Amino acid sequence: MVSYVAKRLFYSIFVLIGLSILIFTLTRIIPGDPARLALGPLAPEWAVERLREKLHLNDPLPVQYIIWLKNAIQGDLGESLVSKRPVVKDFLTYFPATLELVIFSTIIATILAILIGAVAGRYANSWFDNLARIFTYIGISVPGFVWAILLLFLFGYIWKVLPTMGQLSPGLPRPPVRTGMMSIDALLVGRWDVFIDHLKHMILPALCLSIGRIAQESRILRAGIIENLKKDYIAAAISYGIPERRIMLSYLLKPSMIPMVAVMGMDIAGSMGGSYIIETIFNWPGFGRYSLWAMLNKDLNATIASVMLMGMFFAIFNIIVDVIVAYLDPRIRVMERAT
Amino acid sequence: MSENLLEVKDLYVNYKIYEGILKVLNGVNLTVKKKEKVGLIGESGCGKTTTMKAIMRILPDNALIPNGNIFYKGRDILKMSDDEIQKIRRENISMIFQDPTAALNPVLTVGAQLMDVIKYSTDEELTKREIRELAIKALKDVALPDPERILKNYPIMLSGGMRQRICIAMALISAKELLIADEPGTNLDVTIQDQILRLIGRLVEERGISVILISHALGAVKGLVDKVYVMYAGDIVEMAPTEKLFSDPIHPYTQALFKTVPKLTGGGIPEAIKGRIPDYINPPKGCRFAPRCIHAMPICMKEKPPLKNIEDEREVACFLYE
Ligand SMILES: Nc1ncnc2c1ncn2[C@@H]1O[C@H](COP(=O)(O)OP(=O)(O)OP(=O)(O)O)[C@@H](O)[C@H]1O
Ligand code: SF4
Ligand SMILES: [Mg+2]
Repeated sequence: MVSYVAKRLFYSIFVLIGLSILIFTLTRIIPGDPARLALGPLAPEWAVERLREKLHLNDPLPVQYIIWLKNAIQGDLGESLVSKRPVVKDFLTYFPATLELVIFSTIIATILAILIGAVAGRYANSWFDNLARIFTYIGISVPGFVWAILLLFLFGYIWKVLPTMGQLSPGLPRPPVRTGMMSIDALLVGRWDVFIDHLKHMILPALCLSIGRIAQESRILRAGIIENLKKDYIAAAISYGIPERRIMLSYLLKPSMIPMVAVMGMDIAGSMGGSYIIETIFNWPGFGRYSLWAMLNKDLNATIASVMLMGMFFAIFNIIVDVIVAYLDPRIRVMERAT
Repeated sequence: MSENLLEVKDLYVNYKIYEGILKVLNGVNLTVKKKEKVGLIGESGCGKTTTMKAIMRILPDNALIPNGNIFYKGRDILKMSDDEIQKIRRENISMIFQDPTAALNPVLTVGAQLMDVIKYSTDEELTKREIRELAIKALKDVALPDPERILKNYPIMLSGGMRQRICIAMALISAKELLIADEPGTNLDVTIQDQILRLIGRLVEERGISVILISHALGAVKGLVDKVYVMYAGDIVEMAPTEKLFSDPIHPYTQALFKTVPKLTGGGIPEAIKGRIPDYINPPKGCRFAPRCIHAMPICMKEKPPLKNIEDEREVACFLYE
């Protein structure tokens, strides 16, 4: 298992280098002068030129990239042109909120996907399955930001039971920052009221990030269950007199979940991507919102850093998912050992 | 050897598929007495597995049973409550599936599966340790070396022969009265297949249970069972004590079947009889073998020959013996 993970990490490095070249080139060739944008239209030409020089914007692209890479390896991703702080510092400030949101939405998505997929698959073509099917088609085809707008309208104007903006209701104190994830920080100081209020704020944005995933993952699980229900090993387990509940939970659900878990890595990454817009809509002070700002303002270092850091988590989540899949599926472990 | 343990009566099974309804079992009749060893032979696709799955009540969802009874000690399995059939599965009848690789769950260890079978095979509350010991004993009984290690293995880590033995071990636990063995060892090479069949023969003998043995290895069947049923396209066409059937087959299908098998070599059932098993959506109206039968008469196209007792312990379904 260790060599399995090591191999994945090793491949990830190449992916990340490829990604960095791509995003680096893209940010440099899209029109607009970042130095001018950073300093504003009234800044004198010499100041702009000095900033260009400082950012190495006058050097050839490969030289710029090498300089960036050298610094990046040492953990220096440069300064944000907007916040005027090191990008890494901004990342540490904003990312925990995003991670918290993504984890929360992953929990919601996974629980609901398993419940819906398992019941729909076990009782295929029942009224529940048909209802789930309709939900799936809608869930897969409607993008997250449309849900965001709908939910905002619903809960912001019509049925005001859930907060729609920010992380905390006015009047409640922010817990001291330790992990950066407010739910955990609140628990660390024993403020249940803050914790609950914060969770409530998380529900709508997390839901927007989850709906598509629930639709897709439940569908995959349903297909797996229907497929595996026909397998001889299920008939065999029944013929040995093993109780149905036991068969459903360990003989059927475990193998059926493998393809679903396999796509979860991509889906978690998708939620990270989705957070750019969802955080902006729900005014969630996370790294997604920060990154969207950086891009709109042509904040070079922040843009590249945000893409790279997101890419890194993308890779990490995928490795975690691969490990879980290998845990669920001994066939993969055996093959891995054989190679 | 007189009491009927299992009695399949006039059993019909259809499969619903996209193209229509497959009328597979066409009134199967079959009895197994206490401690009796029964062989079941017939070409691929004639409905052997279907009959066995009906007995265990594990037919797939698209199967329909328009008619028939399956009496187990006088009670109809098809009419039993879920609890009753569950008890029969746990304690009385069990089945060795045709393909051991498919019959073992790929994501659970052999130990997890075997110990589940043991745990649920009795109403007694066994401790973890007792279950484990029984599992090890079950593996030893089927002559598997190093049972401790096998318990920890996943099926994929084991050879085909070992998987077959594990399936036998699992089935034997809850086959306290009747074991159904569906082509055991068919996918393995001939010497291992032979070992497997002899192992089953010995275990069945030791435990004094009944067995239905489905096999293409006619030579091996010969030495293991008391009587043989011959099946063709969803019909039982002939039944006779083993010796009689092999020395003097009387149904045209059985005769054709044996003619194509070189005597004594015990090879498999070849596809060399002219023609093929009929299409189950529109099966022949009368005798299902008529399109391939060299003795076919006009009545054979119109009516289905009933399975009749023609002498002691001997049955045949053919108009030649009216
Ligand atoms: N689930 C199913 N759906 C539709 N048709 C089926 C199904 N299972 C079996 N059949 C068909 O029913 C017929 C009998 O199948 P069965 O498996 O009982 O044959 P068999 O005698 O066991 O053959 P083999 O020796 O190949 O195992 C075949 O034509 C098969 O295609
Ligand atoms: S009933 Fe007629 S067709 Fe069928 S086996 Fe006998 S002779 Fe042949
Ligand atoms: Mg079969």
